[in-house]
Amino acid sequence: MHEWALAEGIVSTALKEAERGKFTEVTRINVKIGELQQIDGDLFVSLLKEILQVEDPKLKRAEVVFENQEAILKCRVCGHEWLFSESKKGLSDEDAELIHFVPEIAHVYIRCPACKSPDFEVTKGRGVWLESIEGE
Amino acid sequence: MDPRLTIIERRLKDIKRIIAVSGGKGGVGKSLTASVMALIFSRLGYKTGLFDLDFGGPSIHTVLGLKGALPREEKGIIPPDAHGIKFMSIIHYAGDNPSPIRGIDISNAMIELLAITRWGRLDFLILDMPPGIGDSTLDVIRLLKRAEFLIITTESRVTLDVVKKLLNLLKELKAPIIGVIENMKLTRSSFLSKEIGALDVPFLGEIDFDRGLEDAIGNVDHILKTRFAESMKEIIVSKEIFKLKDR
Repeated sequence: MHEWALAEGIVSTALKEAERGKFTEVTRINVKIGELQQIDGDLFVSLLKEILQVEDPKLKRAEVVFENQEAILKCRVCGHEWLFSESKKGLSDEDAELIHFVPEIAHVYIRCPACKSPDFEVTKGRGVWLESIEGE
Repeated sequence: MDPRLTIIERRLKDIKRIIAVSGGKGGVGKSLTASVMALIFSRLGYKTGLFDLDFGGPSIHTVLGLKGALPREEKGIIPPDAHGIKFMSIIHYAGDNPSPIRGIDISNAMIELLAITRWGRLDFLILDMPPGIGDSTLDVIRLLKRAEFLIITTESRVTLDVVKKLLNLLKELKAPIIGVIENMKLTRSSFLSKEIGALDVPFLGEIDFDRGLEDAIGNVDHILKTRFAESMKEIIVSKEIFKLKDR
């Protein structure tokens, strides 16, 4: 699954941050998962834990905490704001999966419910994000 | 913190050379050059990848006559094989639909694909750049510091003016420049080679306008027999700058 590649990105960014902050041990990694990317949080955490075991000793015992972030879209043409979850109801499983791989593909398959424009921005909840790390 | 930025370098670590085929203007033959160059490297026995970064107007799949080849998932995504080349494009996800994606989102999509694509070991990765000095060019300079720019132009003064700006920007940002190829040549004028020489950038060669090229689009065997492909091969084989050196 391609989530592995993103999980590797989280771990490598956490390690970089730990080195920058001169941490000897990281105790907690806080991750945000944007709804648009449609990643299962529990599955993502289990992948992260697997990678943490082999990446660097200072990350080995870190607890991983994730927060789901609702995806909000805003039309650049008419200003209408709506939730991705509303648009998702009208997407086929196949189209939703394509957005899962590359969230910007939303512009190919989703239109503003008010004016039908593909010219919208994702104001919140695009993809995975390393919020912060904690440690000593 | 964006977790994708730190992983891109790791994704590209087993690639010996990255060549960004660029040019200021559209319609000068960047996609054909990138495609033919990838085919030639592949036929010469080099492990080659090809990434269509023109998300607004992807066309490599049309040049190579590809349909239905999809990446597979394996701890990321593995590009499908296209005539012996590992090929990535937004069309794997957008299909034949238009992709009305703004600059910042193009940048995000490109970063996403760079972060999740596992190219494996490659001798050459060829990037087909969109026209202009926009987000994609700036992102390649920012994120793919090893990328070497190959500039395609025609002898038109209109194109040359834009190419000069691109070359000046690349020099200012200290991005590596392989050189300039003059495409679709219709005259025997040496105007362009002199102009490029004056900028202290290598002028790599000229390719005559090939009337037979359009009929070969979509058929790799036919493309490789065109005068365009023969000229491109001559440039690649004869110029030291395209040789693979140990890194």
